Amino acid sequence: MVAIEYYVILSAILFTLGIVGVLIRRNAIVIFMSIELMLNSANLAFIAFARQYNELNGQVFVFFVMTVAAAEVAVGLALMVTIFRTKHSIDVDQLSSLKG
Amino acid sequence: MLESYYPIAILIGITVGLGILVMGLGHWFGPRRPTQRKNAPYESGMMPYGPGTRQMPIRFYLVAVLFILFDVEVIFLFPWAVVYRELGLFGVIEMAIFIFILLVGFIYALKKGAFEWE
Amino acid sequence: MSGYGIEDLVYILPIVFLLVWALVLVLVEAFTKRPDVTMLLAAFGLLAAVTLSVIQFGTEATAFKEMLTVDGYAVFVYMLVLASGLLSLGLAYDYNRRMGWARGEYYILMLFSIAGAMLMASAANLIVVFLALELLSIPLYVMAAFVPNDASSEEAGLKYFLLGAFAGGFVLYGVALIYGATGATNLMDVVAAALGTNSPVMLLTGAALILVGLGFKVALVPFHMWTPDVYQGAPTPVTAYMAVVAKAGGFAALFRVFIAAFPSVSADLTPVIATLVVLTLVVGNVAALAQKNIKRMLAYSSISHAGFLMMAFVTYGSALYADAVTSLLFYLLAFTVTSFGSWAVVIALEKAEGKGLDFEDYAGLGKKYPMLSAAMLVFLLSFAGVPPTLGFAGKFFLFRTVLEAGYAWLAIVGVIMSLVSAFYYLRVVRFMYFEQGDPEVRSEPVLNLVTAITVVGTIFLFLFSGPLLAWASEAVLALI
Repeated sequence: MVAIEYYVILSAILFTLGIVGVLIRRNAIVIFMSIELMLNSANLAFIAFARQYNELNGQVFVFFVMTVAAAEVAVGLALMVTIFRTKHSIDVDQLSSLKG
Repeated sequence: MLESYYPIAILIGITVGLGILVMGLGHWFGPRRPTQRKNAPYESGMMPYGPGTRQMPIRFYLVAVLFILFDVEVIFLFPWAVVYRELGLFGVIEMAIFIFILLVGFIYALKKGAFEWE
Repeated sequence: MSGYGIEDLVYILPIVFLLVWALVLVLVEAFTKRPDVTMLLAAFGLLAAVTLSVIQFGTEATAFKEMLTVDGYAVFVYMLVLASGLLSLGLAYDYNRRMGWARGEYYILMLFSIAGAMLMASAANLIVVFLALELLSIPLYVMAAFVPNDASSEEAGLKYFLLGAFAGGFVLYGVALIYGATGATNLMDVVAAALGTNSPVMLLTGAALILVGLGFKVALVPFHMWTPDVYQGAPTPVTAYMAVVAKAGGFAALFRVFIAAFPSVSADLTPVIATLVVLTLVVGNVAALAQKNIKRMLAYSSISHAGFLMMAFVTYGSALYADAVTSLLFYLLAFTVTSFGSWAVVIALEKAEGKGLDFEDYAGLGKKYPMLSAAMLVFLLSFAGVPPTLGFAGKFFLFRTVLEAGYAWLAIVGVIMSLVSAFYYLRVVRFMYFEQGDPEVRSEPVLNLVTAITVVGTIFLFLFSGPLLAWASEAVLALI
């Protein structure tokens, strides 16, 4: 039986990896994958804590988060497809038509 | 507590070691005469023509996204199915409302022609 | 076993009605494909929801096993975002037709997003805060990218999406940590468990992550990078809508969560919040000075107003927080009315998507269209906080609360930054009245109506700021 702390530490590492990914990667799809990593690290933490407190709420939250993530995927990929058709690139550094 | 993981650690060690050993044997003792064809990413004795990635028609994307949206909602059916006897009529009504909301989305997609392949 | 009943639905009837109505409109749109019909029905739905909220004023209840709270605070925010919805319908109707991309989905997405903002004000459970935040945001991503084949609109949508989803991740992880520290996500249980928690660091980190995530949404510096680009690139009615409703929803949830659940960490968080306020005020106002595009200028101006709104937040752990929330609600009202008015004028001058938005395009407006430029003058004065406008009353109550709470230096920073803001607001006035030019303005009935309503609101409501403040403070009493 692995102690709860390890799961929480793992989830913190995954969350940090997600943040780093968002900040340093330039491809919109990869950025979005990093965001998904952040959401899933939170899911892992929820499951771990639900286990620790021996209750089900944390596990049910994960279902909600997964649904939200799916909705975000649908909208986000649609945005990327439309922008790819206009600009032939989803590199966020090239999204620079808006500058002050 | 971690003792129970020793067999797995040993297994991983053996697998990795064996992989390195086998590939190393080939690397150290095998003769090498690289040609352009052999260096191709997918070496099959034929010259590759064209890039490996092709653009897919946008219709695939639409179908895939609709699939994800309606597929993920099944998540909520699983916990419901486990306890629906205890929930009784209330549970049935709740799930009927939920499915009805999905149905509205489905009808919308249908009327907007999202399922027409041409 | 079930635990829920009809009364749960009745308590949150305005939200339930709006969501059901939006679903009905999805079907209407699918079968009729007539944007005008959808728009009219959406306006009717908003009006009906306003009526239901009025009936509900005075209710105090929790619904769905303490997942949602209905109280005066929530109902105040309901009214605010519903009115915002009606005003932005008015802005969008003419604009979308003029630009040739009127689609019914626009109004449906807006209804969903308004329901999200209302849920944020009612959320009594952290997981509901997250879900409501997503319900508010996801339609907004689509609305920002609504202009077909327009690179800047699509870019705005994608940027908003990436940053918004990023912020959502922060909120969610914060909720997870708080669940870990206290074993609860329900605000009441969190506050009870927070006192005896054996992992105070986790609780503090969780609260800070929620602050960061919602800080992205309401555009606090240093989480504001997306704001100017998104506000400039999105279609102007969408910009007007998100400047107000995303802020209202974000602040509503921020205040309820922090006041109800985290008074125990207020000593640690207050310096952080004060720093955020100062940064937001300084960066927002100074950056606005350098802008030549009116949409970007208003974007930075809206960042600075987020700073002012946040100012009320430094007192959240003290005994004065009820006053602070009252002045927050009042400032939010002032910002809503003024903001929609200024965006209405911007839309009247916008020739094509992204054209006619520089300060030069406002040259000569005073001579050619005296009414419109007078309206713009009122809005700019209200933004800057000059009497007799609603913006002045908002700033007055806000600074008074901050002073009473013993943050005199913060009030001084606020006053100085209001003076700085007067510079860039008055630059527009200079172009309108003292420069030569020949601007072209659309005179469209619905747009003119919105402008008229907001002008009257900005001045008329100022005269009634006393009763309004009393109403706001009555709304807050329930929060305690």
